[in-house]
Amino acid sequence: MSWLDKPASETQIAHRARLWLYALAALVMAFLVLPTIIVIPMSFSASQYLEFPPREWSLRWYANYFGSTAWMQATATSLKAGLLTMLVATPLGTMAAYGLFVSRLGWARWVMPVLLTPIIVPVILVGIGAFYAYVRLKLVNTLLGVVLAHSMLAVPLVVMVVTSALKSYDMNQEMVARSLGASRPRAFLLVTLPQIRFAVVTSAVLSFLTSFDEVVVAMFVSGGDNSTLTRNMFNALRDQIDPTIAAISTVMIAVSSALILLSQLPGKGRR
Amino acid sequence: MSADAGPNAAGLARDARVERVVLLGLSLPALALVTVTMILPVGWLFWLSFLADDGSLSLVHYQRLVEQPSYARIFRTTFEVSALATLICIVLGYPLAYVLSQLPPRVAGVAMIGVLMPFWTSILVRTYAWLVLLQRRGLINTWGMELGLWDEPLALVHDLNGTLIGMVHIMLPFLVLPVYGSMRAIDRDYLKAAANLGAGPARAFRLVFFPLSLPGLMAGAIIVFILCLGFYVTPAVLGGGKVIMVANRIANDIEIFFNWGAASALGVVLLVLTMLVLWAASRLLRLDRILGGHGT
Repeated sequence: MSWLDKPASETQIAHRARLWLYALAALVMAFLVLPTIIVIPMSFSASQYLEFPPREWSLRWYANYFGSTAWMQATATSLKAGLLTMLVATPLGTMAAYGLFVSRLGWARWVMPVLLTPIIVPVILVGIGAFYAYVRLKLVNTLLGVVLAHSMLAVPLVVMVVTSALKSYDMNQEMVARSLGASRPRAFLLVTLPQIRFAVVTSAVLSFLTSFDEVVVAMFVSGGDNSTLTRNMFNALRDQIDPTIAAISTVMIAVSSALILLSQLPGKGRR
Repeated sequence: MSADAGPNAAGLARDARVERVVLLGLSLPALALVTVTMILPVGWLFWLSFLADDGSLSLVHYQRLVEQPSYARIFRTTFEVSALATLICIVLGYPLAYVLSQLPPRVAGVAMIGVLMPFWTSILVRTYAWLVLLQRRGLINTWGMELGLWDEPLALVHDLNGTLIGMVHIMLPFLVLPVYGSMRAIDRDYLKAAANLGAGPARAFRLVFFPLSLPGLMAGAIIVFILCLGFYVTPAVLGGGKVIMVANRIANDIEIFFNWGAASALGVVLLVLTMLVLWAASRLLRLDRILGGHGT
């Protein structure tokens, strides 16, 4: 009996009878993964027209990217904005998640949904709202403005990730530390934080990526010397298909993937 | 109760209360950030949408939304595109989640990387990838013509097709993840019981498995639909000006016409519609489950 005839699930259907299902799943997986990956080899093409596989290889689009002051400045802005967003959103979100989790006051039930609203409100509304406010606060085209808006977008993610970590953490451990004389901040830093560190690191990476990948809000509130990389890419995309974008995309994929991989390291063997 | 327990207990209760307030205070910085950068500005837009050009209170912007057929068309496009994208996500995502949920956990974990990869790749990068694949001289057309499948380059992008493909690609993980989660949670003994009682595979799936996976499917579909309603980047790049969704019109009103009142009114309607969909959904299933189960 080949594996094809063996039952595939508890309902006793044979693998053979649902090969179509496997084929469909494989196609959908390919649809999810391939388009993004295909940009990588194409960015090394020598041709003006994006072809696959490239007939001739070259680094000219990378030379274009790394040789352009405008692109480099935008990249620096995006990296700075991402790092600062991470540094603002992670502690703010973690504090809020912890505070709301341990405080049993009725208010907590009202604060949580408010902190999560940035997920639900359409981002275009967030973008023009921030723009309107920033014109009055003189924050348009400033790094600070971008960081504040991106931190606001990242806070709900941090709150969600840290809250779910706290839910699976035994708060009695902190009680023990406190009954042995540790103050609450000390107990949190020495006992609780090390145990939820995987969630905190994950949410820090998510915060960075939220900012680094964000387009719509950046389009409205960033500009001039403080244009973000995504803003410039978006404007370039609307005009023509410049293969330099393929090179930039590859760099962005590399940055994101490296960060995700790094964030998985401390959790290894613990999940 | 001894006599001196009274003041002690009262003191302890007061201390506990003070501590709870302090703990709640930990959420204040985040709350302030969200309030200042989002809630107040959006509230401001709300106010603007009720002001006429001369600054007097009026419903002129909403009146225009009702009277001009172009707005009705934009809302219809937005709903149609979102509904279609959601439907395609269900058709593609449900079978994928089903297969993944039956793989051994270790294999499924590796496959999950593929599902999650889009999450950490910028929407812009993925939209660009589709532009490259779908354009007239793009990969799909080149390959299709080399293989002799068609002779003339097909128009695959800068229209509804391209927009839908791009949106489905971005939204699919949002559907697959909750469906996968709810399928993994189904107790397989139910299916064995169904088989024991004489149900064939199709019948057991229809009567036992599918209903049990429905909450995850509903949650995923609602998230996808709501996020689709606010899409901006994908229609702007892959729609080629032919697919104008509400968000695109809002951006145009600001960037080209500087018409804050009109843009705000559109934005308010978009927000209200989003909330209505969420509210309707929360009546069907518990809202906190949609938001990841973080309700208190």
